[in-house]
Amino acid sequence: MKSRHKKLALIGGALAVLGIIAALVLNALNSNIALYISPTDVAAGKAPQDKLFRIGGMVKEGSVSRQADGVTIAFIVTDTEKDITVHYKGILPDLFKEGKGVVAQGRLTADGSFSATEVLAKHDENYMPPEAAKAVNDAHTRAAEKKAEDAVAKPAN
Amino acid sequence: MIPELGHFALILAALVAVVFGSLSLLGAHRNQQAWIALARPGANALALLVTFSFACLTQAFVVNDFSVVYVAQHSNSLLPIEYRVAGVWGGHEGSLLLWILMLTWWAFGVAQFSRQLPDTMVARVLGTLGLVAFGFLLFILFTSNPFERLLPGATEGRDLNPLLQDPGLVIHPPLLYMGYVGFSVAYAFAVAALLSGQLDAAWARWSRPWTTAAWVFLTLGIAMGSWWAYYELGWGGWWFWDPVENASFMPWLIGTALMHSLAVTEKRGSFKNWTVLLAISAFSLSLLGTFLVRSGVLTSVHAFATDPRRGVFILIFLVAVIGLSLTLFAWRAPKVGLGGRFGLISRESMLLANNVLLVVACATVLLGTLYPLLIDALGVGKISVGPPYFNAVFVPVMTPILFLVGIGPFARWKEASLPELLRLTRWALGAGAIVAVALPLVYGQWKAMTALGLFFAAWVVVTALQNFAERVHHTRGGRSLLTAVLAQPRGFIGMHLAHIGVAVFVVGVTMVMSFEQEKDIKMAVGDQVSVAGYSFRFNGVRQVEGPNYVAMQGNFDLTVDNRFLRKMNPEKRNYHSSAMPMTEAAIDAGLLRDVYVSLGEPIDRDKPEGEWAVRVYYKPFVDWIWGGCLLMSLGGLLAMLDRRYRVKSRRAAAATAGVQQAARN
Amino acid sequence: MNRYYWIIGAFAALVALLAVGLNLNPRDVPSPLVGKPAPVFKLAVLAEPEKSVGPEDFRGKVWLLNVWASWCVSCRQEHPVLVEFSKKVDVPLIGLNYKEVRGDGGFDMNKMPADEEKKLALQRAGKWLSEHGDPYRLTVMDLDGRVGIDYGVYGVPETYVIDKAGVIRMKHTGPITPEVLAKKIMPLLAELNR
Repeated sequence: MKSRHKKLALIGGALAVLGIIAALVLNALNSNIALYISPTDVAAGKAPQDKLFRIGGMVKEGSVSRQADGVTIAFIVTDTEKDITVHYKGILPDLFKEGKGVVAQGRLTADGSFSATEVLAKHDENYMPPEAAKAVNDAHTRAAEKKAEDAVAKPAN
Repeated sequence: MIPELGHFALILAALVAVVFGSLSLLGAHRNQQAWIALARPGANALALLVTFSFACLTQAFVVNDFSVVYVAQHSNSLLPIEYRVAGVWGGHEGSLLLWILMLTWWAFGVAQFSRQLPDTMVARVLGTLGLVAFGFLLFILFTSNPFERLLPGATEGRDLNPLLQDPGLVIHPPLLYMGYVGFSVAYAFAVAALLSGQLDAAWARWSRPWTTAAWVFLTLGIAMGSWWAYYELGWGGWWFWDPVENASFMPWLIGTALMHSLAVTEKRGSFKNWTVLLAISAFSLSLLGTFLVRSGVLTSVHAFATDPRRGVFILIFLVAVIGLSLTLFAWRAPKVGLGGRFGLISRESMLLANNVLLVVACATVLLGTLYPLLIDALGVGKISVGPPYFNAVFVPVMTPILFLVGIGPFARWKEASLPELLRLTRWALGAGAIVAVALPLVYGQWKAMTALGLFFAAWVVVTALQNFAERVHHTRGGRSLLTAVLAQPRGFIGMHLAHIGVAVFVVGVTMVMSFEQEKDIKMAVGDQVSVAGYSFRFNGVRQVEGPNYVAMQGNFDLTVDNRFLRKMNPEKRNYHSSAMPMTEAAIDAGLLRDVYVSLGEPIDRDKPEGEWAVRVYYKPFVDWIWGGCLLMSLGGLLAMLDRRYRVKSRRAAAATAGVQQAARN
Repeated sequence: MNRYYWIIGAFAALVALLAVGLNLNPRDVPSPLVGKPAPVFKLAVLAEPEKSVGPEDFRGKVWLLNVWASWCVSCRQEHPVLVEFSKKVDVPLIGLNYKEVRGDGGFDMNKMPADEEKKLALQRAGKWLSEHGDPYRLTVMDLDGRVGIDYGVYGVPETYVIDKAGVIRMKHTGPITPEVLAKKIMPLLAELNR
């Protein structure tokens, strides 16, 4: 009898602990994941207004500018179709370059620009970060589809 | 010619591995002495062949043989010799060869230091290792041959990734792989035990020092990698929860659980199934890590250039190695529960709690690592899981472990009394409380998390010292104090040293998280910036030439209270043969704090002599993080060298031999 | 059966996830351009820099576009395969020289005027082809990599198969091996040329 009680206590305790941990994990996961969204989707209003998310694409050539303090930076991220202005305060990673792939994590601001808390440029000289590559790829797909539609539409006229 | 010899040696090694591996396992199964006797020479030959092959690849790097594709891609004639040697494991193919080399060395080690083990057991262990090596050799031969030729040869190599041109890289991967691969020995012992059906205390005792050895290497490897990221990446962080870091951390967590579980199995004969499962899991997670890093399914700063064929191959290999051993486990594991009765409060229950917590911690890391993949696979979108998730989950799970680290060693096996434990640890509780209240105030601000971290650090140290002192007192018997201390078993000293290492680590993490200061700022020549009382004066940059790079070198004066401390020279390097610039931070390291300065970028690209964006850091106690890891490894090393593994196991072997003798008669 | 089999179930689920993950490999996904018209360009020809060509010049033919650069080690690996191919098969192989100077990284692009970049690129590319053999019917120069971006070039080398109507039918990332040539490209060319 006594050992059965002990067993019950043990199982109950284990379940309680597991429950707490599961709640902890789900809560942490819920508030700490960043969805990846392309500049085109941001332009289409698909970005969450008050949640952290990531954008990817290429840094537009000639778009990097600095404020007087020297460490507040603005640049344009493009997926070749739509652009978005990104503001960032801090030191950019070594691999950050105009015309190269980039991923930024942050939030949308009231004026429609993106305020980044983190800028990642994880590529070597040959490869783009997959998220950035995907954005550019998807924009191409849409452009090509549009062209195809136009081509179909014309003979109908 | 030499690269071809290396390639040929690998093919031969694969043949040796499959032949001796299957024959020794079959021999052990059928009790054929001639086949069993093949195990040791087979393992030795395998190690010799792979070592030869590795030497061939190293030679190609040393003499700049750019007619080998792998060398042309990862080296350069301007590269200093030490990095040419390290370049051998700078890419996928070579690091895989290093992995195999380590595996065969572990097998060689088992073959040498297993004289006291029954021959059938040795045959099963080495046979399993041989077959695992065979899988990896097939992998390297079919998908990742490092000896592939480039004809006509290149005149110049493409250079090693500048990130990897650092003393840290020379030792980080070998240490890490020694750890990763070392768990293959624990795995092989577990498989051997399942095959033989003898899951007993003797098995746990044989397996223990090997597991501890692998754990020591893994601890050092991870700490080394973290330290390297800290000073090399120029971001000032020491852990990023990057998938590749997680891939090495998960086997560490399970390995830690395994070490503690093995202790119970050896001393009390309990937890057998659990221990076997952990042994299989530790190596499985090493393999999973390999898969994640090399297949390209997860994006990471460390990821190797990928080839889908590799991913498919490792996945099949993963299924074979883990799937077969889990099936074996499900089939052969004794159908008893944890085995051995023990009370709700006892050494066993505390070690069990420690195990469960470590496994849960590992599961949360696994979940966070694979979650983006899961979401992608479901087609819901692309996401990333950030460090805040890991921090939010990890701290609450690890906190109870720190409590157990302190109280566990006082608890008796089978049944301990709670009031007695509380009485024994009251001093530690008091010391912890005082430290938790007082120390944060010294640093100017009292925060709950800081207090919690420091409380547990003090708690662990005081309990460890007290427990040690008590044992010395009880066993002293008129000897001098020093003799009595030194007479303690190395395993016991090692345990407490490792636990103190945990406390040191906790202090480092707590202090850095609570009190570090960071500033990103624009500086012109003559500007001054200060953090936490340390002041940096910028004297400009100048161009310096390295062997294979040019760098802009900053010149800073570090002063505290108007007293000159030292010059600091962070660099921004541009390597000749690669487009990647590199940041080299300048760090003034100290026991109680590091101060750290790194160059961002020139404000105007055309005027590098003008203003620069600069990052400065003040990091209190940051070196304690790696110091703690070092102590843990040292503790593991002592425990591994404990005399009783040799003495007792010899006796056990004699006993087994006696039983066999009796059975035959 | 016993109660440990759930472990195998959990492991099987993990393997399934990883297998799916492998197929999600971002570099393994076929280019979205496959089945779409090849993006237009007008680029200078290596041998006659004052002349420029584009995809419309090959309309009515099945042709290959191979992205390469002299600084790319893997290109050297696939080059003999291409040379052999050009000797045997009468299909136009067009080289797209990708960021010859910029991609190398050994130059400070901020200090290099455009005409100097072009001169250097032509010289380097020409020298490389004369050393290693020239399998290309002609090579066009994509100095700043814009055309590469249009084609979604992730890395060098890459090869595109384009049909008579100017539609991309296949994209291969990484060096072409004799195996890829024999098993994937040759059958496709035969089919397209039928």
